[in-house]
Amino acid sequence: MRSIKKGILGLAAGAVLALSSAAAQEVEIEYWQYFFEARINAIDKLIENFEAANPGITVIQTSFPYADYRTKVAASIPAGQGPDVVQLFYGWLNDYVDAELIRPLPTDMFPPDQIEEEFFPMVQAMKRDGAYMALPTAVRALALFYNKRLFEEAGIEAPPKTLDELVATAAALTKSDGSGNITQVGITTGMNAQDHHWWREVLVRQFGGSPYTEDYRTVTYNNAAGIAALQWYADLETKHGVTQSGFMDEPQAAFKAGRAGMHIDGSFRIGALDKTRGLEWGVAELPAGPDGLKSNYSSYWVNAVTTKAEGEKLEAALKFMQYLTSDEAMQIWLETVGELPAKPTAALTEENKMDPVFGPFVAGLGYARTTIFANESGQRQVLMDALQRILLEGATAEEALGEAAEKEQAILDNYYN
Amino acid sequence: MLGYRALSIKQKQVVWAWGFLALPVLFYSIIRFYPTFGAIVLSFQDWNLLGDKTWNGIENYQKLFADPVFWKVFSNTFLYLIIGTPLSLVFSFIVAYNLDKVRFMHGTIRALYFLPFMTSTVAMAWLWRWFYQPVPIGLFNNMLATMAIPQFPFLRSTFWALPSILAPALWAGLGFQIIIFMAGLRAIPNTYYEAARIDGVGPWTILWEITLPLLKPTIVFLVVFSSIGFLRIFDQVFNMTTNDPGGPLNSTKPLVLMIYDTAFNAFDMGYAAAQTVVLFTILLVVSLVQLRIMRSR
Repeated sequence: MRSIKKGILGLAAGAVLALSSAAAQEVEIEYWQYFFEARINAIDKLIENFEAANPGITVIQTSFPYADYRTKVAASIPAGQGPDVVQLFYGWLNDYVDAELIRPLPTDMFPPDQIEEEFFPMVQAMKRDGAYMALPTAVRALALFYNKRLFEEAGIEAPPKTLDELVATAAALTKSDGSGNITQVGITTGMNAQDHHWWREVLVRQFGGSPYTEDYRTVTYNNAAGIAALQWYADLETKHGVTQSGFMDEPQAAFKAGRAGMHIDGSFRIGALDKTRGLEWGVAELPAGPDGLKSNYSSYWVNAVTTKAEGEKLEAALKFMQYLTSDEAMQIWLETVGELPAKPTAALTEENKMDPVFGPFVAGLGYARTTIFANESGQRQVLMDALQRILLEGATAEEALGEAAEKEQAILDNYYN
Repeated sequence: MLGYRALSIKQKQVVWAWGFLALPVLFYSIIRFYPTFGAIVLSFQDWNLLGDKTWNGIENYQKLFADPVFWKVFSNTFLYLIIGTPLSLVFSFIVAYNLDKVRFMHGTIRALYFLPFMTSTVAMAWLWRWFYQPVPIGLFNNMLATMAIPQFPFLRSTFWALPSILAPALWAGLGFQIIIFMAGLRAIPNTYYEAARIDGVGPWTILWEITLPLLKPTIVFLVVFSSIGFLRIFDQVFNMTTNDPGGPLNSTKPLVLMIYDTAFNAFDMGYAAAQTVVLFTILLVVSLVQLRIMRSR
C-alpha cells in the first residue's frame, strides 16, 4: 500500500518538478503546521513579508487537522516529500531527532551562545550536541482570566493575589438555584483543560514540593506537599463548593458564556475571548502560594528544518527559519495569535508589560517552568483520574495521589526505557 | 491467444470467471488482507510512528494482559455487547411487529424511525452530550430541576455513564434493524397465518410458532451484525466524552478507543497493533460462535 502511494506521489512530484524547473529559477519551499485558524493567518502574514524581502523564494503553507499531523509528517519526509520547514510541539523533539526527520540548525547562522543569550531559558531544551535542532517563534503561559461584570456585580474590586483570596473571591461569585444546583461557578475547574498544568507546575511548588526531578523522568509529587496541593484543589469543589468539575461541559465554554467568575487558561485563548460579544474580561497573574511563591507553566511549538530540504531549498528554508525567529515575526505572532514572543527582548518590552491583556502573561513567563512530557495526554489522564477518585469514589487525596504517582511513573519508565 | 482458443468452453468459462473475480480478489488482498497482516506483524514490534521499527517479541501482549486498564476496557466492550444487542433486537422487533400491522401513515412512521440511522453519529453524540449536561445547560437535568427533583449524574457517574452512552447508540441503530425485521416479516407467506387462523390459534402462538421461527435468518443476521457494531463502538464514546476520554475512570472506554489512544496519543504503534489483533480475535470468535449456535438450533 505504502509503496504504491509512494509511487504515485513520486510521479506527481516528478511532474511538479519538471514544471517548476521549466518555469524559472525560483525556489519553492513548503511549510507545514497543524490547523488552527489564528496560526494559519499569522503564517500567511509572515510568508507575505518574507517573500517581499526575499524575491525568488516562494513559501507554500499546508495545514492538517491536529490528529493527522504526525502521521503525515512521518510518512512524507522519509519519502522525500512534504515540508522543508515544519512546526512541532516541543515535547515531540526527541522523537523527531531520533527518527532523523529534522536537521540541526547550522551554528554559523544560529549561534548557540547568541540563542542562549536572547531566548527564554526553557528554549535550551531544544539543544542537541552543541547545536539547536529547533526554535520557537512564540511561547505560551498561563494566567487568571476574570469576568469584569460578575466581579462588579459581586462588589469585588480586584482579582485575587493569593490562593486564599482566590477561594474567598470564588465564593462571592458562586450562585445556586433553589435546589442547590450550581448555576454559576466562582472558578472553573477540570484537570482536562489547563488545570493539570496549573496543579503540576504551580500548585505543587506553591505547597512546598516539586512535581518531578530536574530531568522530568521521575515523579516526586507523592509527598505531603503534593497531597496538600491536590487536597486544596479538590476542596474547591468538595469543601468550598465554589466550582463544579466539568461545569457547562468545558471550562472555557462556561467562562465565555459568562457563567464563571474566574478561569485559568493560556494566552492562546485571548483570540477566542476577544471575539465573544458582551463578555468583559480581564487578565491577572496566577495567584501566589501561601508563602508568596509565584510559578507558571509554559509550553511552545517550535519550527525546524527537515532532512528533506537540500541544496537551494535548504538555504531558503534556513532563511525562512531566521525570519520566523526574528523579533518582527514574534510581534506579528503576538498580535495575530496572542502567543508571547520567545525572546525576552521582544516579550518584555514596556508596551507588552503594561498591556492589560499581555502583561500578566509576560510577567508569568519570567518564572514559568516547562514540563517535559513523555505522553502528555496519558499524564493528564492520570491527574484527571486522581481527581475523579476523590470526587466520585470518595478516595482521600493521599490514596488518589499515590495511585497517580505510580501510574505516571509507569508511563515515564515505559517511554524512557 | 492461441492458448485461449484451444480451451474448451468449460475452461473458457473458468478463465472468464477468474478474470472478473480478479478485481475483488486484488482489492481485498491489497486493501484488506495486506494491512491486516501488517498489523499482526507490527504487534510484535516497537514503533513510535517516526523512527525505525524494532522487534520486541511478545512484549506488547505481555504488557497488554498485565494492564488493568485493558481488563476494564475489555469488560466495558462486552457490556456494550451484552446490554446493547438483546435490547436493540427486542425493541426493534416490537416496533417492527406492530408497525407491520399499522396502515395509517405507515410510510411516515417508518421514515421517522429510520431518520436517526441516517443522522451523523458525531452530530447525534454531541447533541446527547448536551442533553446529559448538569444544570444550567443540560436538557434532562433542567427538566428535573424545574420539577425540584435532584439532578441525575448521567455521564458523570462511573455506573451510569456506560448506559447513558448506549442509549443514543441503541436509538440510532433501531431504524436499520426495524427495516430489516419488516422485510423479514413481509417475506413470511400469508398462507401460514391463514391456516393458523382457520385452526383457531391465538396471536401468541402464532408469534411463537410461526413468526419467530421463520424470522430466524433475519435474527441471525441482526445478532451478528449488531454484535460486531457494539464490539466496535467508538464514535459515540469518543464524541460524548472528549473531556475525559473513555468516561470517568475509564468507565465507558471501549477497546477501539483504547487502541486510538495508544496509537495516536501515546504513539505506541506496536502496542496499539497488539490491541487490534486482540479485538480482531474477539470479533472473529464471537461471530463464529453466534453463527454456530443460531444455525444448529
